[in-house]
Amino acid sequence: MTRIAETFGRLGREGRKAFVAYVMAGDPDPETAREIVLGLPGAGVDIVELGVPFTDPMADGPTIQLAGQRALAAGQTLRGTLDLAAEFRRAHPDVPLVLMGYYNPIFSMGVEAFLGAAREAGVDGLIVVDLPPEEDEELALPARAAGLDFIRLATPTTDDRRLPAVAANASGFVYYVSITGITGAAAADPEAVAPDVARIRAATGLPVVVGFGIRTPEAARAIAAVADGAVVGSAIVSEVAQGRPPAEVLRFVADLARGAHAEAGEAA
Amino acid sequence: MPEDRVNSYRTGPDERGRFGQFGGRFVSETLMPLILDLEAEWERAKEDPAFWAEMDDLWTHYVGRPSPLYFAPRLTERLGGAKIYLKRDELNHTGAHKINNVLGQILLARRMGKTRIIAETGAGQHGVATATVCAKFGLQCVVYMGAHDVERQAPNVFRMRLLGATVIPVTSGRGTLKDAMNDALRDWVTNVRDTFYCIGTVAGPHPYPAMVRDFQSIIGREVRWQMEQAEGRLPDTIVAAIGGGSNAMGLFHPFLDDPSVRIIGVEAGGKGVDDRMEHCASLTGGRPGVLHGNKTYLLQDADGQILEGYSISAGLDYPGIGPEHAWLRDIGRAEYVAITDAEALEAFQVLCATEGIIPALEPSHALAHVMKIAPGLPADHLIVMNLCGRGDKDIFTVAKALGVEVRT
Repeated sequence: MTRIAETFGRLGREGRKAFVAYVMAGDPDPETAREIVLGLPGAGVDIVELGVPFTDPMADGPTIQLAGQRALAAGQTLRGTLDLAAEFRRAHPDVPLVLMGYYNPIFSMGVEAFLGAAREAGVDGLIVVDLPPEEDEELALPARAAGLDFIRLATPTTDDRRLPAVAANASGFVYYVSITGITGAAAADPEAVAPDVARIRAATGLPVVVGFGIRTPEAARAIAAVADGAVVGSAIVSEVAQGRPPAEVLRFVADLARGAHAEAGEAA
Repeated sequence: MPEDRVNSYRTGPDERGRFGQFGGRFVSETLMPLILDLEAEWERAKEDPAFWAEMDDLWTHYVGRPSPLYFAPRLTERLGGAKIYLKRDELNHTGAHKINNVLGQILLARRMGKTRIIAETGAGQHGVATATVCAKFGLQCVVYMGAHDVERQAPNVFRMRLLGATVIPVTSGRGTLKDAMNDALRDWVTNVRDTFYCIGTVAGPHPYPAMVRDFQSIIGREVRWQMEQAEGRLPDTIVAAIGGGSNAMGLFHPFLDDPSVRIIGVEAGGKGVDDRMEHCASLTGGRPGVLHGNKTYLLQDADGQILEGYSISAGLDYPGIGPEHAWLRDIGRAEYVAITDAEALEAFQVLCATEGIIPALEPSHALAHVMKIAPGLPADHLIVMNLCGRGDKDIFTVAKALGVEVRT
């Protein structure tokens, strides 16, 4: 069983929802990012999404764009990000880690070389924003063959006609993008999200976590209540952008985690 | 036109939107349903005589097509070799080839019931063309333009605003065409239900490269019959400048299956194609990668990060190129060369002086290559160069490069 499946299984038995945190590798510099990333499980994070910096993140808002630019300016490379993943794996043998980013740095390294390195580093899954099901032959199928989960994105525009395409070759969990828009934009509405989550869960048989537009412990709790987990990215990255030291960033993350882990109706 | 389609270069892309390994649909899931809807609508429109009747009517009465194929006698004499013809697409309404494609996409947007049009622009020609057609049809128009380009193409910014468009200066990245395209895609992801993204070149996710090519192919189709009338035969060499590659693809595509026709695309060599990467020659100085929805040749570093590139010409200042060009290069059907800023500037002045035509900086690159090859070719060798835009927008840039102060 994969780390991701084990984690959702355990959370299910405990009656808890997953809290997924996104942090950009190398932001604002490799050492600070390392401290934050290694501290995430201690702050209550169930699954870590490690952002892979890219010059042209076309689905991301200004917060993540600038984080990528800071990381690249500080010398972060895909190889450096894989090294960070490997270090995380040594420190936290059981906590799932997925890489999230865009295809070109991976294509540039070479798909086979990348998958080998990612496996060796202990990466569990990949979220690649610009690889829809139509391009599965590029990376999704080779990743599955290499034993990595290829995590699908579903969106409000993923209608019933498209769900079968999204469900095919999906593994690990499904990341439901709760709004039509870019990261860090409008707030997600739990009432609007709930039926979509149910629809996607039924079609894929996989846990569904919801991200985009979640900025507070209260919002994390409300979204987690109608899904299998909540993802927070831009709000954490904003803390990093403001120059907060890792310990403070991790306290902020811990507040979000308590929100996501609280039962619906319970105070976050 | 050959009947044998099996060995044709003109059948691409395949059903996955690929030209060989290039092209494809590398977009986020949010956009995927829309891309598929667009493809379906384009397939229907393509077979609909009423769609093409409307296009033809607008091309004739609104754009002013066919554009002339002009024999350039004094340029020919000066170069002392091949006979040079200029395809005068700079005489189109709005002053460039861009409107050929914009009309088609706006008619499609109307068929799809979209009320809001967004576009990216570099030199501003595509933005002006989009603002123009939106004004004509009463559609809301938002144009994303790199902040750096807003500065160096001020007259076109004012034109767009006069035409009722909202021009949004893009400050992310280095503020050029690539960054404008990123922000246009972000807008589209956000406003996917009512918005149509009118892409200005033969790049982006399938079906854009094929669709834009089909609209721009009016250029090459006209050249075929115009050359038949003028010389009674096909041209020997056809030349066009390439940023994303839409004017070139429009000229080239109708000639791909004519083996006697030599095809040359001219990229922007900026300050020279070397490892300083101060150029925009994706084919000459880049390698395959994935950006803006398609796999193609890109300017990138060893880690797969996209480089900004550089050219004196805002319209060529793009680190990628249409995927069909990438394929034509790899299979060897077309040749691609690079021309520097300095060479383009010289060609710009030569055309002004010999033919009384002020060209845009983009086709000045194509002309500079014509100036290199024409002297070595015989007098009966026919060259057609696509003069895809007029130079009014560039006079301040040229003046600055030549050290002349122009007071406004």
